Parts: sequence; C-alpha cells; structure tokens
Amino acid sequence: MNPFTYSRATAVADAVRDKASHPDSEYLGGGTNLIDLMKENVARPTHLVGLNKLPLADIEALPDGGLRLGALATNADTAWHDEVKSRYPLLNQAILAGASPQLRNAATNGGNLMQRTRCYYFYDLATPCNKREPGSGCSAIGGYNRVCGILGTSESCIATHPSDMCVALAALAPTVRVSGPNGDRTIAFDDFHRLPGDQPEKDNNLEPGELITGLDLPAKGFEKNFSYLKLRDRSSYAFALISVAAGLELEGNTIKDARLALGGVAHKPWRDQEAENMLKGQPATEDTFRRVAAKVVADAKGHGSNDFKIELAKRAIVRALKQAAEGNQHAADVFLNSNP
Amino acid sequence: MPQHPTNSAAAGVAAPPATSPVQLSINGQQHTLHIAPWTTLLDALREYLHLTGTKKGCDHGQCGACTVLVDGKRINSCLSLAVMHEGDEITTIEGLGTPENLHPLQQAFVDHDAFQCGYCTPGQICSAQGLINEGHAHTEAEIRELMSGNVCRCGAYVGILNAVKEVVDKGIKN
Amino acid sequence: MSTTNYIGKPTSRVDGPAKVTGTATYAAEYSVANMAYGYVVSSPIAKGKITKIHAEEVLALPGVVQVFSHENVPSLAWFDRSYKDDVAPGGSPFRALHDADIKFSQQPVALIVAETFELARYAASVLRVEYQQEDHETSLETQRAKGYEPGAGKTGFQPPPAPRGNPDKAWEEAPHRMEAEYVHGAQHHNPMELFSTTVEWRGEGKITAYDKTQGVMNVQQYLTKIFGLKKDDCRVVNEYMGGGFGSGLRPQYSAYLAVLAALELKRSVRLTLTREQMFSFGHRPHTLQYLKLAANADGTLAALQHHALHETSQFEDYTENVVNWSGMLYQCENVKLGYQIAKLDMYTPLDMRAPGAASGSIGLEIAMDEMAYAAGLDPLEFRLRNYAERDQNVDKPFSSKKLRECYHQGAAKFGWDKRTQAPGSMRNADGKLVGWGVGGGVWDATQQKAAAKASITADGKLTVSSATGENGTGTYTIMSQIAAETLGLPIEAVTFKLGDTDLPESPLQGGSWTAASVGSAVQSTCEALAEKIFKLARKMDDSPLRDAKFEDVEFASGQLRLRADHSQAVVLRDVLQASGEAKLEADSSVMPNMVKQNGYSLHSHNVVFAEVTVDEDLGTVHVTRVVNAIAAGRILNLKTARSQVLGSVVWGLGMALMEETVMDHKFGRYMNHNFAEYHVPVNADIHDIDVLFVEEEDDIVNPLGVKGIGEVGMLGVAAAVANAVFHATGKRVRDLPVMIDKLL
Repeated sequence: MNPFTYSRATAVADAVRDKASHPDSEYLGGGTNLIDLMKENVARPTHLVGLNKLPLADIEALPDGGLRLGALATNADTAWHDEVKSRYPLLNQAILAGASPQLRNAATNGGNLMQRTRCYYFYDLATPCNKREPGSGCSAIGGYNRVCGILGTSESCIATHPSDMCVALAALAPTVRVSGPNGDRTIAFDDFHRLPGDQPEKDNNLEPGELITGLDLPAKGFEKNFSYLKLRDRSSYAFALISVAAGLELEGNTIKDARLALGGVAHKPWRDQEAENMLKGQPATEDTFRRVAAKVVADAKGHGSNDFKIELAKRAIVRALKQAAEGNQHAADVFLNSNP
Repeated sequence: MPQHPTNSAAAGVAAPPATSPVQLSINGQQHTLHIAPWTTLLDALREYLHLTGTKKGCDHGQCGACTVLVDGKRINSCLSLAVMHEGDEITTIEGLGTPENLHPLQQAFVDHDAFQCGYCTPGQICSAQGLINEGHAHTEAEIRELMSGNVCRCGAYVGILNAVKEVVDKGIKN
Repeated sequence: MSTTNYIGKPTSRVDGPAKVTGTATYAAEYSVANMAYGYVVSSPIAKGKITKIHAEEVLALPGVVQVFSHENVPSLAWFDRSYKDDVAPGGSPFRALHDADIKFSQQPVALIVAETFELARYAASVLRVEYQQEDHETSLETQRAKGYEPGAGKTGFQPPPAPRGNPDKAWEEAPHRMEAEYVHGAQHHNPMELFSTTVEWRGEGKITAYDKTQGVMNVQQYLTKIFGLKKDDCRVVNEYMGGGFGSGLRPQYSAYLAVLAALELKRSVRLTLTREQMFSFGHRPHTLQYLKLAANADGTLAALQHHALHETSQFEDYTENVVNWSGMLYQCENVKLGYQIAKLDMYTPLDMRAPGAASGSIGLEIAMDEMAYAAGLDPLEFRLRNYAERDQNVDKPFSSKKLRECYHQGAAKFGWDKRTQAPGSMRNADGKLVGWGVGGGVWDATQQKAAAKASITADGKLTVSSATGENGTGTYTIMSQIAAETLGLPIEAVTFKLGDTDLPESPLQGGSWTAASVGSAVQSTCEALAEKIFKLARKMDDSPLRDAKFEDVEFASGQLRLRADHSQAVVLRDVLQASGEAKLEADSSVMPNMVKQNGYSLHSHNVVFAEVTVDEDLGTVHVTRVVNAIAAGRILNLKTARSQVLGSVVWGLGMALMEETVMDHKFGRYMNHNFAEYHVPVNADIHDIDVLFVEEEDDIVNPLGVKGIGEVGMLGVAAAVANAVFHATGKRVRDLPVMIDKLL
C-alpha cells in the first residue's frame, strides 16, 4: 500500500471538488474492495476522499412508485430494508447471496457497482494483465480462467464483474445517479458497466471525478415471480461461477414481461434483452426456457478451464426461469438457495 | 527468455505519509493514536493498541478472523482504515468478556468445544454477537449461512453452530 | 472433593477461556520494546537469477532500517547439514537470501526492515528487483517419465515393501478386474494464523524467538546451527499455535529471516508472512496414483497394485508413505506397490495432515469401490470379505485392531443396510439424487521419546511441563487430565506448560504421537512425583500409611489413601506442609518400549460413511451426513478428540469437493494463492457429522493405551464422498476435487 492522504467529505459537492483537486485520487466508501486492491498494489491512489459521512445512506420511496437506494446505504441495510424485501425480493436475495455478513455490513451500494474483477491475474502483479496494466497482455487467455467470462469478451480481456447485487440490478434496470465536476446526470444501469473491448482498464462509463449518489429502481419489481440462482465452488462466501437473476410477469401461464441477467459470464452484469423479448408472449414451459437459454449462450466462447460455464449457464438459466415461473421464491433475511 | 523487469509496484518511491492524531473509542475507552491514514483498523488494534485478541488471518476480507463490531455491526477490520472510524464505537473481543467473567457466547464456545487452535475464535464470537444483534438467524441453516463469513481451518463448525444456536435460542426465550 | 478421574472424560479445554477472550498469545502478539517490522519481498518468477536489487532507493525512505538480500547477508554456516532440521528430507535445504538463484515462484528475495509494519510493506512494494528469467518446469504430468525412487532421507519414510505373490498373473486370471488412475492437485495447509516470528533482542547476542512452529526444539537446533548461537542464547517459544496441520513441522524461512535481521540489527524484529506468501512453501504434493485390482468369484481380492508419483523440488527429495497402506489394509496375497517422485521447479512439499495416507486412501478407497461394483458386491461387504487379520507388509499381528467393529457400528449408525446398490437409485424428498459411499484407512500409532517435569508446591498446586506444542489438538487439556488423575488432584490445581525450549525436551508435534509420547512422559513424571510424596506421607506423625507399600496406595480426590481402605488417607496438601518442603519436583524421560512393541504392527483404523445429495442438472454436491467410526486405542478426552475428528471430516470434505492449489505453468506460479480462491469449507458446507470411537484396549502401544487421532479421522473421507457421488450419479470422478464442472 502506497502513501496517501485522506479527507472526509461532508457534502457531495465537497467530495467532488476534493477529488478533482487531487490527481490519482479515489472515492472511499466501505473500502471492502478498494483497500484490498491497495494492499495488493493494484490500486495506488495518493489521496482518498472519505465518503462515509455523506448523507447518501437513505432508502426512500419515489413519486413514480420506484425506490431510491442511497449510494452509501450498506448492502446489508439495503437487503434487509422492508421496501426492498417486499417489492424487490430479487435484489434482497442477490445481495444476501454475495460476500459475507461482515462485508455486506461495510460495503456500500455505490461501491458494489465499482467492484473490480476477481480475475487471478488482475490481482497478481507478477503476471501481465491488460486491465491492470494496459498493453501488457492478458494472462487469463490461455491460462487458468475458471472464473473468467464466456460472453462479450475481447482479445484483450476475459474478466468478469464479480457482483451478485449488480446481476439483480441489471434485471431490475434502475438508473444510476451520479454527480461530477460537470454536474449531475443519470445513467441507465445497462449502460453503466462496459465490455472490455480494447480498453479493459475501463470497467464503466463514469466520467473522471464522477461519484455515484444513488440508484433509482423503477416501480416494477417482479416480486411474485423471480429467482436468484447462484452456483459456486462452496455453499457460501464464494464468488459466482454462474449466477442468474430472472424476473417474470405472468398472465396465467403466459409470459407478459421478463427480465434475465447473468453473473460470472461477462465483463459486466449480462442482461440479455433479446432473450427477454423471446420469452414475452410465450408459455412458461421448460421448452420455452431451453430455447431462450440456448439463445443466451449461442455466441458464448470458452477459454479452456471455463468451457464448462457455457453448459452450466444454459442449465442455470432454465432452472432459474422455472423457479421464477413457479413463484416459490420469496424475500428472506438469509439466502439459503445453495443448501441441499 | 526476456529480462523480467521487476516486481515493484510503482515507478517512483514516495515519501512515507505524515501521521496525525486519530481518536478511537474502543470497548468504551477513548484512545488517541498518532498514525497515518494507511493504518488499517486491524493493525491499529494489534500493533498500536496491543489489543491482539482481534486476529489477522488473511488481511484481505477473506477469512473473518479480524471481525469486530462497529456501532454493533460486525465488519472485517482489515478492510477498514482506522481514520474512517473516528466517532464510531468499536467493540473487540476484549470488550465482550474476560477469562474470569465470560460473555455468554464465550461460555457457549467453551462448553461446545467450538474451536481448536483458537485463532479464528475471537472473530467467530464477535461475528456471532453481530449475528445476534442483526436478529435474522434463527434456524440451524440460517445460523450456518450467516456464520459463513468466518473461516475455521480446524473445522470446528459443528461446535460453532451449536454454541451460537444455544445463545440465539436463549435470546429468543428472554 | 469430587472425582479426579479425568482420563477418558469429556473435559472442556483448560485453555478455552484464554482462547475465547483473545488473551491466548500467538507468535505475532508478544509485546517487545523497540521493535522493528519485517516484510518479505517474493520472487515473481519461478526460475532464474536476480541480476540487480535497487535497495538504495528504498533505504532512502526515512524509517526503512535495512534491506536484506543475498548481496548483504553475513557469512553464515556453510554446510547443508547446518540447515537440516529434524524432519528435513534428503537433499540440500533451501536457504533464503543465500544467492542470486531463483528456485521457485514466490521465493523470498529480500527482507525489508522498517520502523512500522505499513512502511515495511510499502518499501517491499517499491523495491525494484531485476531478474534474468530461465525456462522452468512445473508440470508433474510432463515429468512422468522422469519419476525416480527416492532413497531414505526423511524420518518416518518407509519405501514400499517388496512385492508378494504374483500380482500380474493373478490380475490376468481373475474374473473381476479394474484399473484406473486417480489424481489430486496440490493443497496448502492454510492454518488461520499467518506464519510469524517475533524476535526479542535480549542484548549481547541473546534472543528469544516467539515463533509459529510445531516444534520449538527443532527451530532452536536449526537456528543455533545456522547462526552459531549457544542454546541458552536462543530461546524459542510457542505457547499457542493458530493451526499447524504439518505446516510448522519444519522451520519456516520467516523464522530464519526474522532472527537474521534481529542479530544483524541488534534489535527486536517481528516478521509476519502474508496469506499469499503462505502459498510459497510446503504443501501436499500433486499426486498421480495408478491402481490395478482384481477380485475372485467369492469377492476376495486376487491382486492389488498401487503406484504413486508426486512432485518434489529440485533441491530436496520430499517423501511420504502413499502406497504402503494398501499392502496392509486388506488381505491380499498378490501385491505390488510402487512409489516415485519427480523434480519440479517449485518449493519442497511438506507433510500435511495424514501425509501420504490421505492421498493413498483416495486411490485405494475409490479403487475398492470400483472393484466392489465390478464384482457385484456392496462396497462394505467387499471390505469385510477382505478383512486383514495380520499386517501382511511386515507379517506381524496388530497390537489391536477393532476395524471390524468400526464397520459394524458405523454402518448401523449410518443405516447402511437401507442402501440400494445401483447408482442413481436413491433420491431425497425434493427429488435430488442421493448417494451413499464408504471409505477408510489406517495410520501409524507411534510413540517418540519425550521428557517432562513436575513440581508440586505446599499449597497443592501442580505444575507440569514439556516443550511440546498446542495447535488446537488439546495438549494443555489432555496433559492436565493425565497429571490430575495420576496425582488425584482437581484439574484446576494443575498447570501444564509447553512450547518453550527451556522446558524438558519433547518431539515435534505431529504424526499423531503427542498424546502417546508426551502423555506417557507426563504420566511417568507424575508417578515419580507420587512416589516422593508417598515417602513423605509415611514419615508424617501418626501417618495411616506408615506401614503401606507404594503399590498399596492410590492418589484420588486430593488424597493419598490405601486402596483397600479409603478411610486410611492423608490430604496431599497436608503431606507437603508437614514435610516442611516448599515444593517437590520430579522429572522423567520416556522411550517407547521396543521389546514389547517389536512383535506387533501398531496402527489405528477408521471407516467413513458419507451421504451426498446431487443436483443432477447443475452438478452441485452437498455432503449431508457423515459417520466416522474410529479405532484408535484409548481416547483421553471425548470432547476434544471428537472435535479433532469433526475437523478431520471437514478437511476430508475440502479435499473431496474444493481444495486445490492451481498452477499456471506458463508462470510456474500458483494462481489461487488466497482465501477467496483457495476454497476451504465454510460453516454452510457442513451438515450432520457423527463421530464414533470404538472401544479398543491396547497395552502394547504404550502404557496409556493411546494411538493418537490427529490424522486417522481424515482417512477415507474424500474417497467416501467421491464414492457417494458415484452412487448418486453413476459418474466416477477420479480427479479430485469433485467440482461442478466434473458432473455436468
């Protein structure tokens, strides 16, 4: 960890100004990812703008029927919030499927969007990595890539976004509220994270100095028919190999509206709107789900040790859509879907 | 083979950071530390305050040995800077009980042999206190899941479950 | 006073209150004055040479005290033998910072010492080290042809016994046959406590090293030989160890580096490795096993061949007993066992919980399952039909062997008789596939030479000591139980001290021999003290024991009394007070009774029954139930012993389902070198586990009748799980761990 100065902001505008006045600075929310990256010398900011006293921890109803999640509300407080549980159980379950209770207590919603990949090579300075050091090469391609992506990868990077929460958010499609040196703006969630292309060092489409202040969830929460399915190498406290967030709106057995997003497969939470459109108007049957699953992974590409993810993703999509259609998943204070 | 350049993280060497006084409230006591921002809460406790009950098992938020309570909520102290916690009330294992006057969780851990080497134990117990404060775990499955942020390499999970369950159950009755 | 019969009773840990309150002190937690912090810089390459170290750039940082590297380490001991520790394998031990050669990835190349931990860490991150890289070889698969049979070298290593019968011919002629290769990757011990050493500089070249180790004596002799120190000037202490599992059997480079820095700087130094650096040294080696079994029509084994190959470093011949167990666990007249190692550009492997046997039992016990299915037999019935009454490897009877009782009691507890043989034939209420599997193993019951000292004071307090260790095994507790029972004292009156080279010599804490070795020494020492107390008691005024012989008395409930008449008694405290002595001491050193043991094979045994549920679409496996039945002689403390076996099962589940350190051969480097990606089981992975200790009396192994339980409980767990997965799915996974992708 390199030397840095620290200041604690008390207002959003101060934070943005402070950040702009320090080159090589970072915003510090809960710290659960940034401090880790600093210890690994992957992140080397010389100044940190402490955010934890900013008034951005509220969760409040919006006039349009939606819900605003403050950027500094912790993951735990968000998952356990009554409005989230009753109206966005998919989000409740996805958050609780991630990390550990301790991490969820410290990690913030804004920070969750800003998480960086868990690719082994990104974290290890002994190996080249285009995301960490642009132009140095991708060691995961041709290397050990069990955790890496199968969709939307590029020749320069096959890393995945590690979040569970963001997979549910991708399905729920909120807007991201940001403040920056040039004022405030909103970004559609699907446009927030990016694919690696030839600039894998860029995880998202934030402009320099912009700060996430909140997330506005639309009214529709798919609270009756949803599923968050997470597959990993142990029952808890592990990143997803594949995760699926599914939300369905049913009329009888006919799918009226659908949302489908995957984690563990791409550089961003992978929402597939074509697949969602394929579902609409169709009967909620295994046959429909199989066709949709096949479509989602039609362009998937394995890289050796992650080849299995293509088949696993397909099966996970079918299972998650079935669970969503059955409507037997509910909000809960604990995520128990990995249990036997 | 090519020359391997270096394993150094930075091009230049920057001067060490300045220290400044940081006020921390730990187990009800006020402490003033003269530290730089780069000191984590965990290192502040262990190396500066000699409160070594809080353990360093990975230093990356991947094991839970460093779990402390901040305003009653459990967090990994290794992934938090000490300077972030001015104004917070921090509780460590030393604040829960003493060998002569064990906290109910500490007694339950002894009774159920919920540890072997003891290194993850303070973190487990602080985590269990956090779990009880949260109030979301009641069944065995729920306790297992919400105690999964604390790795025990000795594999004392059966005892940990039974110890935490006993205290959770007593709490429900009370 | 209530009973003082503690041996065998479930007794809470005497060190429990210290551990649960955070007051137990581990190596990095000793507070010493004027201490500097060390931080290790590790090599990013697997093979080559250091060409330049830009130490001056970080020495310019205020607060950086020194940068140690091969360029400036002082002249130390020259010969390899000075670097050999008690359990070093054959070869030339690694010397940190010795020269410019890089022999493995993450090799320590420099040690930064600075005024604070944070500064040392920072300086380590900016130290520029230049390397000339060379081609490395880290793949065992590519080195199969280069396997060789190691010579002797390491304590405890036994080359496989000579073949017996005609295994090739018997295999060809048998009606049922199988052959297969089994593989598991490297695994790292990963104790929760990071390797750490706090060296206290006591002035004039004297140091105390608070070191994470399973053997303070081993570390002391290692350090004194290298640095030319007198034993009195190099005290090594470890009162609590945050998990060992074998990782602390050999002195780690962290201890060497911390002492080097302290001696050079004449100052106290603390060095703690990072979790990533915990993957830079010994580990359970990546092992390839080939098994070839045949069965006769009546279900008896016709032939058994077991060959193993594992990695070692370029500089040492690491060995473990992988295949020998296969020649003794089952009755078979035609057996051939083979064992080879192959050199790779990596660090030397290191004994890890049940070394050799944990690996070997994967191969043998999955092969036995395959053989049972090929012969159309229930896997437990197949084992019963091949029960070994004698150890055929050495042609000796077992001193005791209650494995048959383990099979019967374990099966009854598990409900094995309700198992249906066909794979995929059992499901749970949710429709998930259910599988039941069995596995087991055998481990040495060993006793080593050990010494202890006991001292009782006039207030009736007993202190017993030996330089053994406590790494979670319950040493403090069981030794206190033995001492308390031998002298008839309440356990609260007993203090057991350990982990200090100033105490009587004790063997390394490993091999499941501590209870037998140190326990015997503690018992013998307390008996010697008892005799002294008895002599004083006879001299007391009006002593009811004045005409008694030592054989006539017993120590119980705080008294010394006639066995025949408990009313004829004196209170222990009164004896000492009447004698006018402030304290009474005794010591003794105990060796195994070779004369008694010689005619026998001394072993513990176990069997494990495991239930898994498998989601056949998604490939997820959960181990919902395990019964582990163990025959390991006398159990000293049912509570702590049960915990050790529960932990063994958790280890076995890790080995079966998730543990594997994965190397990228392009870099010759382990890539999942952290707790986020090297998965060990968490609480949510663990469900019902039952431990059965089958009664087994044995007065041949040692007077206490204990065989040790640290390792045996782990045997067969991984195989039982893999066999259960086969039973559930019909898929035979021979490459552990059984992860999702292998079941799709």
